[in-house]
This record gives sequence, C-alpha cells and structure tokens, in this order.
Amino acid sequence: MKAKVLHLLSFCRFKNRKDMNILVVDDEKDIQPLFEQRFRKEIKNGEINFVFAYSGEEALECLQDYKHEAVLILSDINMPGMSGFELLDKIKQKNHKPPPVVMMITAYGDDENYKQAMQLGADDFLTKPVDFADLKEKIKNING
Amino acid sequence: MYLLAFAPYVVVSIISDLAQVIVTDFYNRWESYFGNTLMLSIIWLVAILFSQYRQQKAAEKERIKRQKEDEINRAIAIRKVELEELVAERTAEITKQKEELEQTLSELKATQTQLIQSEKMASLGELTAGIAHEIQNPLNFVNNFSEISTELLDELKEEMQKGNSEETEAITNDLKQNLEKIIHHGKRADGIVKAMLQHSRSSSGTKEPTDINALADEYLRLAYHGLRAKDKSFNATLKTDFDDAISKIDVVPQEIGRVVLNLLTNAFYAVSEKKKQLAKNLPAEESQKEQSPYTPTVLISTKKLNGKVEIKISDNGKGISEAEVEKIFQPFYTTKPSGKGTGLGLSMSYEIVTKEHGGQLKVENNEGEGVTFTVILPV
Repeated sequence: MKAKVLHLLSFCRFKNRKDMNILVVDDEKDIQPLFEQRFRKEIKNGEINFVFAYSGEEALECLQDYKHEAVLILSDINMPGMSGFELLDKIKQKNHKPPPVVMMITAYGDDENYKQAMQLGADDFLTKPVDFADLKEKIKNING
Repeated sequence: MYLLAFAPYVVVSIISDLAQVIVTDFYNRWESYFGNTLMLSIIWLVAILFSQYRQQKAAEKERIKRQKEDEINRAIAIRKVELEELVAERTAEITKQKEELEQTLSELKATQTQLIQSEKMASLGELTAGIAHEIQNPLNFVNNFSEISTELLDELKEEMQKGNSEETEAITNDLKQNLEKIIHHGKRADGIVKAMLQHSRSSSGTKEPTDINALADEYLRLAYHGLRAKDKSFNATLKTDFDDAISKIDVVPQEIGRVVLNLLTNAFYAVSEKKKQLAKNLPAEESQKEQSPYTPTVLISTKKLNGKVEIKISDNGKGISEAEVEKIFQPFYTTKPSGKGTGLGLSMSYEIVTKEHGGQLKVENNEGEGVTFTVILPV
C-alpha cells in the first residue's frame, strides 16, 4: 500500500508549475499514450503538461497533494469504483481557488448523463470518441 | 331293445299256449314250470324295460347337461367377444392418451429449449449496452492511434528530410507503439464480438483450453458496463484477485462464461438492491453525506487448488435466507420480483458446472453480509 502511494505521488507530480496542467482521469490506461501523442507538439513545446489517474480515487489523491496545480480536469464518467460524477461532485465541493475547469467525457452522450453532469457543476460535456481538434480549441480558450 | 325285452315273453307264451293245445298232458304235468318260465320272462321284460328307462333317463340327463354346457360356452364366447371389444377400446384409449402425453412431453421439451434459449438471449440483452460500450472503447483507440500514426508519418518524412536522426527514431518508436496499440485494441474488440456470438450461439459443447482469468475478467467488464448502462445510478467497486498459477484448463468457454456472467449479474443485483434499501431507510440528508457507509463491492477471484480450479464470486449485498439457499438451484425459483428474473439462471449454471464439467457449484452466506458463490472445476 505504502509503495503504491509513493508511486502514485511521484506519478502525480506535475513537471512544471508554469505549464498548463491537465489531469486526465480514465480507467483505460491507453488514454495516456493517446493524449501524449495527440498533444505531442504542445507537450514538446512545454505548453501543456498532462497527468493521468486511472480511477476517481487516484484523481482525488493527486488533487489533494497538489491541489492548485490542475487547471483542467478531464474525467471519464463510467469507471469502476468512484464514478466520474462522484469525483466531479467532490472536486466542486472542495472549493479550490481558482476552481479547476472540469470537463466530463463519456461514451454515453445521453440527456440524463448530460443533465447530471451540468447539475453537479461540470464546465463541459464531451462524448467519446473525443474530437481532439475541438478539445484543443477549448483548451486554448481556457488558456486565453 | 324292445325285441330283447319282449322276445322271451312272446316265445315262452307261444310255446306254453302251443303245448297247452298240442300236448295237453305234458303241459298239465309241467304246468308249474311253464308258469315259472312265463313269470321269469315277465321279470326279464320288466328288468329290461327298467334298465332301458334308466339308460334313457341317464342319456336325457347327459343331453341336458351338454345343452347347459353348450349354453354356458356360448355365453362365454359372447362375453369373450364383448371383452375383446372392450379391451380393444381401452387399448385404443390408452394409446391415444399415451400419444397425447408424448405430444405434450415433446412440446414441453421444445418449450424448455426455447426458454433456455430465451434465457440466453435475455442475458445477452442485459449485456448489449455493456458490449456496445466495451466495443466502442477499443474502436476509439484503434481510430485514434491510426489517425495519429498518419500524422506521425508526415512528421517522420519531414524529420527525415531534415536528417534529424534522433527525432526520426523517436517517431518510429512511437509508430511501432501505436501499431501495437491498434493490434491490441483490435483484438480486444474482436474478443468481445466473439464472446457475444459464443454467448448467443447454442453451445457446441466442445471443451477447449481456456484462460479462466481472462474469461472471468472479460465477463466482469461486460456485466458491469451492461448494468451500468441500464441503470445510471448503479455503481460498485470491482475487486479482482486472479491466481496467475492457473494454466489453461479444458472447459466449454461459452458455458462457463454464462455461469460467471450469471453469478456476476446476481451479485450486482444484490448489491444494488441493498444500496437502494439503505437509501430508502436513511433520511435524505444522511444519504447525501459525503461518505456513504455502504460501498457496494463485488469480488471475483480464482485460485489453483490440488487438481482443481476455483472461481469465487462474492458480494456484500442483501444476502439470502437459509430457506432460499435450499431452493436457489431449482428451476424457475427466483427471489427477484416478477419480470426481473426467469429463475433459470442458477439452475442452468448448476447443470453446466456439475453435469457438463463434473464440478461443483456452492453457495454460502458470508459472515456479516452478502453471498459467496464458488465454482469448482476439475483440471
């Protein structure tokens, strides 16, 4: 357990505080190489720094230890254990300042999911497959 | 006969009368003899006639007896015919009944087969959303990694023209990694489609070496996402504890998959019911507290034992009563409300494990709460 936490902590550390830090939460581990390659140029140029968590619980631990660093949180909704909604609720209740932007990403783009996400205070709602051109545009807007 | 009776008397009378007329002296002298002889012939006559009468009477008796016997025989014959008709009638009736019963039996068998098939299809229906989700994810990866790779190839060309060997190598490494990811996720989707087809298909019944851990993991995901897609409020912590020492074992994969899926679906149902129950009992404020005291948890574990492999599926749900434990493997017995369960899942699972695989399916209440189902398969 201790080893796992240590691993988690080192893993959660954001590289550079000046970068735009984005926390991606998804139980699919291959989301990491996908994002790293989709944002290859941005990462190389030092514009964006990604951190990945594979469950809601992991994401919360990341945020607890390095609270104000994540500017944007991209979270899946359907995950074993803590769901994306629970995570969203917890993040929004913690009152980080400035509050991080939370975008929910789900394979189920139905009304019910959308409404619940909005009700819990999500800033945006994206459906899988993620349109990366669109996502990049949105990230630029946050930066701007 | 009458001749024999009357002849002595006639002869004696004639002789005596002739003697009286012709030799009167002689007659007078021997008159008593003549008288005696006549008397004897009369006695003879009477005796013969009597015996005649007796014989006639006996013959008559015999005739009547025979007549009676004939009558009885005739009556018996008539009765026999009647009986035979009756028997034929009854036989026809019974044959008809037997045919009807056979017909009903074959109809019942057909219905049972249909029920089993519809049970399979129903469980497939439960899976549909999970399957869609589970296929969508790998497909997204396949699409994404393919797109990225196309872009990377353009970059690679540029870097090659620049002669930047360091960057060229980095990109080719990425490309290789991407292609591996594409293969991995393609196979994953393939596996899900195959599992789905296997699940709906009538079993071929052939045993093949199967990775029990992979099978358990696959059905765990399918069951979870299936339920999750149907019921948005549902959530559970999934725990897995797979024993890597298990090598492939010979089972009918779709059948064992069906058992695992059934046990998992039941487990998820049990924990979601318990959660609903608790939510109902608690006041609204309590249930909205940050830390809910109850975490629905489903654990699937495998273990290699001596000559056996054990698959355990535990939940911390509402549990089952001792009375229910007795009946739980009976066909059509269900604790779910009507419309929610066919009552065939566990009885089918029991058949599959015990009859088709020579294993055991056990159920026990966990200490504290919930239920554990254990599938034991011989290696």
